[in-house]
Formats: sequence, C-alpha cells, structure tokens
Amino acid sequence: MYQTENISEQVQAPGNDEVVMVVRNLSKSFGSNQVLNDFSVTLRRGENVVVLGKSGSGKSVLIKCIIGLLKPDSGCIEVFGQRIPDLNAEALDAIRMKIGFLFQSNALYDSMTVRENLEFPLRRHSILLTQEEVDQLVKDALADVKLEHTIDMMPAELSGGMRKRIALARTLILKPAIILYDEPTTGLDPITAREIIDLIMEVQKKYHAASLIISHDMNCVRMVADRVVMLIGGRNYKEAPYEELIQSDDPGIKAFFE
Amino acid sequence: MFSSRYWKFFFEETGNIARFAGRLFSQWGKPRYEIAEFFRQCYIIGYKSLPLVTLTTFIMGLVLTMQIRPFLVDYGVESQLPAMVGIAIVREIGPVITALIFAGKIGSSIGAELGSMKVTEQIDAMEVSGTNPFKYLVVTRVLAATFMLPLLAILGDVVALYGAYLGVNMSGVTSFELFWAKVFKYLSFSDVLPAFVKSFFFGFAVGIVGCYKGYYSKKGTEGVGQSANSAVVLSSVLIFIIDLIAVQITDVLNLN
Ligand SMILES: Nc1ncnc2c1ncn2[C@@H]1O[C@H](COP(=O)(O)OP(=O)(O)OP(=O)(O)O)[C@@H](O)[C@H]1O
Ligand SMILES: [Mg+2]
Repeated sequence: MYQTENISEQVQAPGNDEVVMVVRNLSKSFGSNQVLNDFSVTLRRGENVVVLGKSGSGKSVLIKCIIGLLKPDSGCIEVFGQRIPDLNAEALDAIRMKIGFLFQSNALYDSMTVRENLEFPLRRHSILLTQEEVDQLVKDALADVKLEHTIDMMPAELSGGMRKRIALARTLILKPAIILYDEPTTGLDPITAREIIDLIMEVQKKYHAASLIISHDMNCVRMVADRVVMLIGGRNYKEAPYEELIQSDDPGIKAFFE
Repeated sequence: MFSSRYWKFFFEETGNIARFAGRLFSQWGKPRYEIAEFFRQCYIIGYKSLPLVTLTTFIMGLVLTMQIRPFLVDYGVESQLPAMVGIAIVREIGPVITALIFAGKIGSSIGAELGSMKVTEQIDAMEVSGTNPFKYLVVTRVLAATFMLPLLAILGDVVALYGAYLGVNMSGVTSFELFWAKVFKYLSFSDVLPAFVKSFFFGFAVGIVGCYKGYYSKKGTEGVGQSANSAVVLSSVLIFIIDLIAVQITDVLNLN
C-alpha cells in the first residue's frame, strides 16, 4: 500500500537543506468523500512552506495525517526517516516531541490555567525535568509571546489573539524541529495577525525549524512563505514561490489573490 | 416510538457502548496508569454531587415517611414505621435516587466536558502531547464514577434515614436510639449487600455513557448540548434496567 521505493536516504541527507519531512501520494477519504488524492509535499530544514487551499479542501486533514491523528488510506509520510503510519505508540510519541502542532481552534485545555497548559506537554512526554527546569521553560515560552502576566489565568479569561499566542507558546515549548501551523491567523484582526506572523518568522530564525503553514490569509502567505503549495481537488495544483503565483494567469490561482 | 427505526437506533447504540466498554476493559489494566488523575476525578465527582445527594435523599426520607404513616395508622401498626421506611430506603430508594441525581449531575457534566474537549480539538491536543486521551480522560472518569457512587449511596441512605427519623417525629415522639433500633431490627446484611453492589453498576453505567456520549460528540456547540442531554437520558434509563436485573438476581439467589 505504501510506496516501496526507499526515500530514507534522501531524508537523511546532511547539510542545510536537509529534508526533514516527505509526504508522497497521500490519499485520504471519509466514506465517499475523497478529501486528499495523491497529494505530495516535501519540507527542508529552515524552510517555511505554505499550503494554500480553500475551506474544506482537506488542509487540516493533511496535517492531522502527518502528526498521526488520522490514518491515511494510502501514500507515504516520513518524518526524520520514520514512516508515521507504521509507528507504534512509543515511537510515535518520540517523534511527536519533535513536531509542534498549532491547532486551528487553539485547543487550549479550558479546565487548566495557562501555566498548566504549557506544562502539560513537558510533563506528559517521557522527559525528565526538574520543577525548576519546567518553571524556566514555561517562563521562557511566555516571554517569547510576551504574555508573562497571564501565567495564572484561565484560557476563558483571554482574548482570541492572546489565546492564539498561548497556543503558540505551548506548541513551541519543546523546541520542535518541525512546526505545523493550522491557519495561525484566521479569525484575528490584522494587527494581531501581524504579531502572530512576526512570531512565526522569529521562531524560524531562532530555532531554524521547518514549518508547514496552512493558510488562506494572503498577508501571511506573502510574508512567511518560501514556497507555496496549492491544494485544489485533493491534489497538488501548483508549487511555486509567492512572487511567481501572483503573476499567474491561471483563473484557479488568481481566485486566491483577489 | 416502537418503529423499526427506533429499534435499529437502540441496538446500534447498545452495540457502540458495548464496544466502548470493551475498549475500556482492554486498556485499564495496561500502563501507563493515570493514578493522580483518577484521584482528582474522584474528588471532583464525589464533591460535586454531595450537596444535591444530601438534599434530595433527605427530602425523600422525610416525605416517604409522612406518606406511609396514615396507612400504617389505619392498620394499627404505626410502630413499624421505622422498619418499613428503613427497608424501602436501604434496598431501593437510597441507591436509586442517589444514582438518578448522580446521572443528572455527573453524567451531564462528563458528557458536556468531553464533548467540548472533542469539538475544540483538546482531545487531539492531548494525544499529540504524549498522552493516551482514552486512558487519561475516559478510564479515570469511569472508574471514579464507579467507586464514588456506592459511597454516595451509603451517605444517601444515612441522610434519608435521618429524614425519616424527623418524619416519624412530626407526629408522635420516638427517641433517636429507638428509631435506629427499630430500623436495624428488620434490616439484615442481605438487604444492604445487593443494594451496595448494584450501585457500583449504576456508577459504571453513568460513567461509561457520559464518556461515550462526550467522546463521540458531534461537531459544534449543538453537539455538546446533545451529548450532555442524551448522557443523562440514557444513563437514567440504564439505572432502571440494571435495577430490574438486580432484583431478579437477588430473587434467584434467595437473598430476599
Ligand atoms: N473526522 C472526519 N470525519 C469525516 N469527515 C471529515 C473529518 N475530518 C474532515 N472531514 C471532511 O474532510 C473535508 C476537509 O476537511 P478539513 O477540515 O481538512 O478542511 P480544511 O481545508 O482544513 O478547511 P478549513 O479551511 O475550513 O479549515 C471536509 O469535507 C470535512 O467534512
Ligand atoms: Mg482546517
């Protein structure tokens, strides 16, 4: 079912443009609803790739397959040379520690304070940390998003933009090598959206992480994207830098840029 | 109500819950054990239901006593009032009323809590943070409900009997000691044990139905409300069905 050819060598190739993640010919359907149909994307270290597609095109399904929340019907997903759909629970947890996932709805635990939200991944993954180390990591993560004062607040007491930033802090607390952003700026005002975009770019510089960003916010795409992959009808419609796409005459592409 | 569609839904739902319970049994013996979360849930679940259980069982004991008295007076056996309400409370009213209140309070809150965690992707977020959400959320809650309800039912019995004592004293005077002596004269271990055992099953039913409804909540806020609502309805019905089965079993075992 999965691709037989060996792409591990390619994945482990050293150097600055080391490939950290490969998705190849990914298909996923729910009943008769074929959402993804032979979709492929590759991610290299230090790179920001944007997946662009309209609402309901299967962007969230794509990254949920990458993180192992959904099982693909067919196709290959390799992260650091390991095939996600084949991993057992422990191996999957180990690889998930290296992947940050920013949920579209933030997914902050509303029965926990901001501190407990940030501590959750630190305490639940099998890493041994002292209380001081945990406190320090939480403080640093909050400082990164400039929300130190919210540490003892509940998510319900925060504004939408603040919640997004806390969710981002929680995503980044384990210093992941790959970060998957599911529509990081959707539903935010332009100023807050701009702050989130700046944070994403800062993170890329600071940790040299590889990011897969799902978005249909053109401001966000323009500013963060090294490469844009267009997802239409479950397939790769086009893959190009932003500058190239805006000059395209293709009506299917133009529709996004108006 | 008894159309074929209704029955299809009924059997499907029963099958799904049985499968859900099967998943629970296959997982709760394996590490990692979420001990801290289990005790936290015990505290929350037990503590949340305390005021309601106390209030309702107290009123139930009092009212029951006042309703039965005229009948016993007619037959001139008013002195048997404590024994009669004692049997009624310990065998049936205490555990069942407690369980129904528990279903309303805890079943709905588990259904709504897990439902909203589901629709806001919090359950997914736990899974990517090195946590098995089924163990962390479902197993702990079902076990906590299973162990807390019997304790609450005992408390409910005691409070209802106290209500009954006040009821007995509303006309006529019986000392506290005499009341309890009369209650326990006819109350045997075989009255207490089946009631205690069945309340574990009541608790399990409330926990598993609440978790099932929440865990498979439909998307959207409407789905959350539906989960909470159907958790209460279904677990209340299950409580009566378990009660019906329990009385047959005690009958067959000659515990009556
Ligand atoms: N768990 C699921 N079960 C059934 N169908 C699903 C499931 N998750 C997603 N789908 C379907 O897959 C399709 C794509 O959904 P997805 O959430 O990936 O869209 P999206 O591209 O992220 O859209 P948006 O921009 O609105 O977030 C939709 O038609 C949706 O109904
Ligand atoms: Mg989406």
